[in-house]
Amino acid sequence: MASTDYTRRPSAAAETSALAMRLHKLWETAPGLYGFLASVDHKEIGLRYIVTAFAFLLVCGVEALVFRLQLSWSNLHLLTPEQYDQLFTMHGMTMIFLYAGPVLSGFSNYLWPLLLGARDMALPRLNALSYWIYVCAGVVLYSGFAVGFGPDVGWFNYVPLAARAYNDGPNIDLYALGMILLGISTTVGSINFVVTFLRMRAPGMTIARVPILIWGTLTASAANIFAIPAVSLAFLLLWMDRNLATHFFDATGGGSAMLWQHLFWMFGHPWVYAIVLPAMGMVSDGLPVFCRRPLVGYSVVALATVATMVLGFGVWVHHMFATGLPGVSLGFFSAASIIIALPSAVGVFAWLATIWTGKPVFTTPFLFFASFIILFTIGGVSGYMTGSVPVDWQLTDTYFVVAHLHYVLIGINVFPVVGATYFWFPKFFGRMMDERLGRWNFWTMFIGFNLGFFPMHISGLMGMPRRIYTYGEGMGWDWVNLVTTAGSFVFGIGVLIFIWNVVKSLKAGAPAGDNPWDAPTLEWATTSPPPPYNFAVVPTVASRHPLWEDRLGTVEHSVIGTGAVLEHGREALGTTPLDAEPNIILKMPGDTLVPVFLAAAMTVLTVGLALVNWLVVALGVLLVGGVLLAWLWPDPALGETAEVRHD
Amino acid sequence: MTEQLEKLPVGAMDTRASGWWAMIFTVFTEASLFAYLLFSYYYLAVQPHVPGTFPEGGPPPLGIAAVNTAILLTSSVTVGWAQLGIEHNNKWRLVAGLGAGAVLGLIFLVIQWFEWGDRPFGLSSTPYSSLYFVITGFHMAHVVIGVLMLLVLTFWSWRGLFNSRRFAHIHIGALYWHFVDAVWIAVFFTFYITPLLGLKS
Repeated sequence: MASTDYTRRPSAAAETSALAMRLHKLWETAPGLYGFLASVDHKEIGLRYIVTAFAFLLVCGVEALVFRLQLSWSNLHLLTPEQYDQLFTMHGMTMIFLYAGPVLSGFSNYLWPLLLGARDMALPRLNALSYWIYVCAGVVLYSGFAVGFGPDVGWFNYVPLAARAYNDGPNIDLYALGMILLGISTTVGSINFVVTFLRMRAPGMTIARVPILIWGTLTASAANIFAIPAVSLAFLLLWMDRNLATHFFDATGGGSAMLWQHLFWMFGHPWVYAIVLPAMGMVSDGLPVFCRRPLVGYSVVALATVATMVLGFGVWVHHMFATGLPGVSLGFFSAASIIIALPSAVGVFAWLATIWTGKPVFTTPFLFFASFIILFTIGGVSGYMTGSVPVDWQLTDTYFVVAHLHYVLIGINVFPVVGATYFWFPKFFGRMMDERLGRWNFWTMFIGFNLGFFPMHISGLMGMPRRIYTYGEGMGWDWVNLVTTAGSFVFGIGVLIFIWNVVKSLKAGAPAGDNPWDAPTLEWATTSPPPPYNFAVVPTVASRHPLWEDRLGTVEHSVIGTGAVLEHGREALGTTPLDAEPNIILKMPGDTLVPVFLAAAMTVLTVGLALVNWLVVALGVLLVGGVLLAWLWPDPALGETAEVRHD
Repeated sequence: MTEQLEKLPVGAMDTRASGWWAMIFTVFTEASLFAYLLFSYYYLAVQPHVPGTFPEGGPPPLGIAAVNTAILLTSSVTVGWAQLGIEHNNKWRLVAGLGAGAVLGLIFLVIQWFEWGDRPFGLSSTPYSSLYFVITGFHMAHVVIGVLMLLVLTFWSWRGLFNSRRFAHIHIGALYWHFVDAVWIAVFFTFYITPLLGLKS
């Protein structure tokens, strides 16, 4: 491609079909296997993220059902204690790391550029890299389990149980290294979201006009940037303790097991918010559409999102109340944990007020979004209870905590995600999901979930500890566990109905127009599914609800369908961070294999470390360096080098 | 859009390039990594130890490390000088400044290597020794990456790939290098100064 000029005045015009065809040629991903591996289109990457995350959700659901059978009555021996330990560890790890975070990355990847009126994410190749490393990390994390050596000391992997002296197999090493790999994936993805927020918003989309989903993912991503190094470091130090005889966590050699807990939870608690805030954002944007009015309290909801995260960095010790820390520390962290109820309540009351003052339309997405409010409240109250130190001392390591974390994770992540699938499926595929199956789907999941998880509060209060593989018949826990198991299977059937609905609707769903729900935001202004370039001309935004301006009586009007035309190669408009005024024309990369190669090279390095084979490690380092050099080599087509004068 | 659009820069232009913003947040996450490393140091420092094992063999000697710190910080000055050079379209100043930065970084690495050899303990002797090698090792790894980056940038600059309009790569690489230098100050202060201030067993 020829060099660009240093500056240009973009032409402004109305969208035409000739322009659309030219752009389609420029932005289309190549067909076939090459295109699959080389695509940098945020929509393809987003969908892959969602599909992969759902696959992991199914795997972790099956794991859960297997050990729920084991627990359904006293003294069962379906599983050995060792198998049970591996299953619950893999279940927790999969749910929290391989499903809950990535599925939200998937939705955000797909939706962000559309919500922002942009052509792609700011760093499309980094986006592809993030996905491929995620896949590689998933393979590494499951490789031990596949050959019978899964990690088996719980997803938070406490030392000394995770130390070499007590766990002498490849399982913990694979867990440690896989988590470091996954951390890199999440970090580069998070950087991409933050930069996209700062640079890629359509002209006029000031920070007070972005949808709440943007706030949710932005906040989570910013937190990830600061929090993930803690856990990556903890896992690396653990790997060194296990393989190079260092003394970080080994108390007999002068190290500290508590250091592990601190590093893990300094990451762990912000991560909990990172896997719920974007989901809350999806509800904040989706629910009002079915209430036929804007969200009540946009500004306070956005601020509450950020405040939750800021406070979330100061509460990690509430996972460690029972470790014998000084009272003043417990008091501080207890107070901080309880205060988080405030920003959470802001969200709850904003959603309730939106339903109360709106005209609710009881569609399937509405049912999922509205039920999320109930489940979030229940999970919030049980969290509030365990935020109090004396109550926590009574309840810690019991099923009460298991109930709490599932109300939070399934209630605030899975329910909104399924609702969001019903909501955005028409945009993804141009077809509606089946509404009748949707009702069945919702009620099966909702009843199954509450039947399965509410009794865990009771078994916890009855003193049943978590992570035991069976219990004696005299404990009085049989019936409550049987109900839990039955509920979990009903929930599983609900998930199957959901998958059936997706498969069926992909083939035979009713055709959806551009905006089947009559929703207000920019993603509904383009076709369903959107073209590879998203918007033929750059829209100009004048309000929070560009497609509802007439009925809301907005003074200024957004302009969609007429605007800057960028068609000198793949181009996108960069805007200023706060006011979103155009300040650059960005050259965007096309299909490239470099991200998938880099992910593969990093996996070679990881395998070398897992085998403690320095030759393979050296090979991995060389490969990573080589691919990075190729990636970063200044490219005239991307406007990265001095230009030869044309005149 | 009815109003006339303004003339805009095209491509990877100065600090408007997306890569520049990505590097800012890469630096944030790397800085957090060092914060957690140093947190681990201080956390273990205040645990009970056998007297004289934290720091192992007493506070490390300050002299050569102070000189090395000065060398590393000087490299940031030469790289900054190179950055200003290319903004004024001075290619040779760019090449010289980046090259000098890489050479100073290499000297720092060589001196650090001898520092490592002088330590009377190994990686697995005590918690202190583990912390010492891992944290300074992490920093050295960053310096190695930074030196490689500077060498590649020097090569590209010598090939004439940049001018006063196109120098995003230079500023992005330099930002990383300045970070690597700045974070050394925190590492240096932790290992060489705090024991003198009384943080020892």
